[in-house]
Amino acid sequence: MSVRNTYRSGPDERGHFGIFGGRFVAETLMPLILAVEEAYGAAKHDSSFAEEMRWLQAHYVGRPSPIYFAERLTEHFGGAKLYFKRDELNHTGSHKINNCLGQILLAKRMGKTRIIAETGAGQHGVAVATVCARFNLPCVVYMGETDVARQAPNVFRMKLLGAEVVPVTGGTGTLKDAMNEALRDWVANVESTFYIIGTVAGPHPYPAMVRDFQSVIGAEVREQMQAQEGRLPDSLVACIGGGSNAIGLFHPFLDDESVRIIGVEAAGRGIDSGEHAASLTGGEPGVLHGNRTYLLQDGDGQIKDAYSISAGLDYPGIGPEHSWLKEIGRVEYVSVTDREALEAFQLCTAKEGIIPALEPAHALAHVANLAPGLPKDHLMVMNLCGRGDKDVFSVAEHLGVSL
Amino acid sequence: MSAKSRLEHRFGALKEAGRGGLFTFVTAGDPDPETSLALVKGLPAAGADVIELGMPFSDPMADGPAIQASSLRALKAGTTLEGTLDLAAAFRQEDSETPIILMGYYNPIYRMGVDRFLERAVAAGVDGLIIVDLPPEEDEELCKPAIAAGLHWIRLTTPTTDDARLPEVLRNASGFIYYVSIMGITGTKSASREAVAAAVTRLQRHSDLPVAVGFGIKTAEDVTDTVAVADAAVVGSALVECMRANLDETGKAKPQLVEEVLAFVRALARGTRG
Ligand SMILES: Cc1ncc(COP(=O)(O)O)c(C=O)c1O
Repeated sequence: MSVRNTYRSGPDERGHFGIFGGRFVAETLMPLILAVEEAYGAAKHDSSFAEEMRWLQAHYVGRPSPIYFAERLTEHFGGAKLYFKRDELNHTGSHKINNCLGQILLAKRMGKTRIIAETGAGQHGVAVATVCARFNLPCVVYMGETDVARQAPNVFRMKLLGAEVVPVTGGTGTLKDAMNEALRDWVANVESTFYIIGTVAGPHPYPAMVRDFQSVIGAEVREQMQAQEGRLPDSLVACIGGGSNAIGLFHPFLDDESVRIIGVEAAGRGIDSGEHAASLTGGEPGVLHGNRTYLLQDGDGQIKDAYSISAGLDYPGIGPEHSWLKEIGRVEYVSVTDREALEAFQLCTAKEGIIPALEPAHALAHVANLAPGLPKDHLMVMNLCGRGDKDVFSVAEHLGVSL
Repeated sequence: MSAKSRLEHRFGALKEAGRGGLFTFVTAGDPDPETSLALVKGLPAAGADVIELGMPFSDPMADGPAIQASSLRALKAGTTLEGTLDLAAAFRQEDSETPIILMGYYNPIYRMGVDRFLERAVAAGVDGLIIVDLPPEEDEELCKPAIAAGLHWIRLTTPTTDDARLPEVLRNASGFIYYVSIMGITGTKSASREAVAAAVTRLQRHSDLPVAVGFGIKTAEDVTDTVAVADAAVVGSALVECMRANLDETGKAKPQLVEEVLAFVRALARGTRG
């Protein structure tokens, strides 16, 4: 029997995607991480876990999310036929809930009584606070103080949902600092606490587990495109912070060689300015937050603060599977600037009547570069992974409008 | 004197003297390279039996506010991993007996390159390494190369390291075992004397290596309590806090900083002498 080559079998049993991934954590956490791996392994093969997920996805989140032909943008770009995967219509307004449901069910199975999380834009924090309310577990969300300031509506949402929001002052007060603080909490509370990581980062098994929970996105797209167009898409585009919405869309298609796959990082004020969040385009391999991956760092291995107009993208790392997919060349990674994302944000709103989050606005900005040069029968799917309500205030500020 | 024998000698000498050891942690280059070197040079005479030298890192995930701030001060003052190794080498030129253990996180080492780092560490007269984010699951990275280069690999064990896991954690351990006495980050909680005694007894069932206990040890009395049940006590955050208390408003060392910190070390050292 010949074994077909696949890009979808990773990670290995030690959590490695090529040289990336792994389990670089303090000894205090190691036994717990092994327990999470074991519990997840068991849950994956338990049909009652899958059934509960399916029920919640259908009735609580609103899955499947629609696939939507963006007709006016297609006309505007004059090239590829553009579809949006509408994960912004999910309960809580982004793809983050897909992962949170999976992890909270796992936390329940493990008998954990307290949930912690980190958040950047606040979308993951809101999704965690939401499932904690639904499943009646106390919740502490760490959030950089810079993000607390620029994402005020989400901070209030989390509090309404009953979460305690802890502003983190270290570093630039953004996502990486929030993650450090969540890890510190976890080390001190291993016995009671489950850490719901919001993206495909962290030690093994998190990158694989979060990917699996998000892969519902790509799995639905396969079926929906078959139903609508009778074939697979020709290209996929998604924005990348840590990389969870992107891998969720990409993973089910990795072995379909005809599908071109593109991840879009945040170039902030431009890669050359040094103020950006593009770990793959402007970083080097290193070890942070439990895994080896591309990181923004200086020559001494000190982590640099990421910058982006979008709070959900300014993380100095990226999920290890993306680092591997870059190195083997299966996925292309590009970056777009704040300015391009802001333009795409306005364009999407004006042409489609959909206010996107600033994160997927980055993906759309790259679609705007790409689509016009492609033939009209080219089917392109972009992950519209979040809605822009949370960003309205900061966009107004960037456009010089006072509310 | 080879790297290995320096640490073994020290534990042998402590045994002969009939007392436990005082291991002191300070961050290399905190608050500036000159003050840091003067301080480290003064530690043995003040009563430090082993010197743990922190390699500053921007994201010290297992450290509390005191050591986080200390790490950031050192980085701000321009300390790099090269600078830390220079400091160790400068210390070693004047003191051929006091063991130096480098303690920190993996990324700066990975960035420098494991081979180059080990070559420099051995040349600088470093005796061992404690790398917080390299559990036994990642032993291929640095643990095995470090042992091959002749350095001790000092393993952290914690209250969560149960009997089933302990043999794996101790497999490549050498020099001594560092028992992290609490679940948590540095500079926060303290463990009870009974809990520490039980844990040390458990470790001694699994290994012949000496046991040093750290996290939450702040005073000479804490040191006395700790060495009553373990081979050595490690003091870190309390020293770093003492340094912080001797900085001016701009974060610069006050003239008396080194003397004040060494006085504190002398007081702690009396805790090992009963
Ligand atoms: C709407 C939205 N998209 C994308 C991201 C980035 O995360 P990831 O790359 O893991 O999808 C975030 C993070 O907060 C987000 O809120």
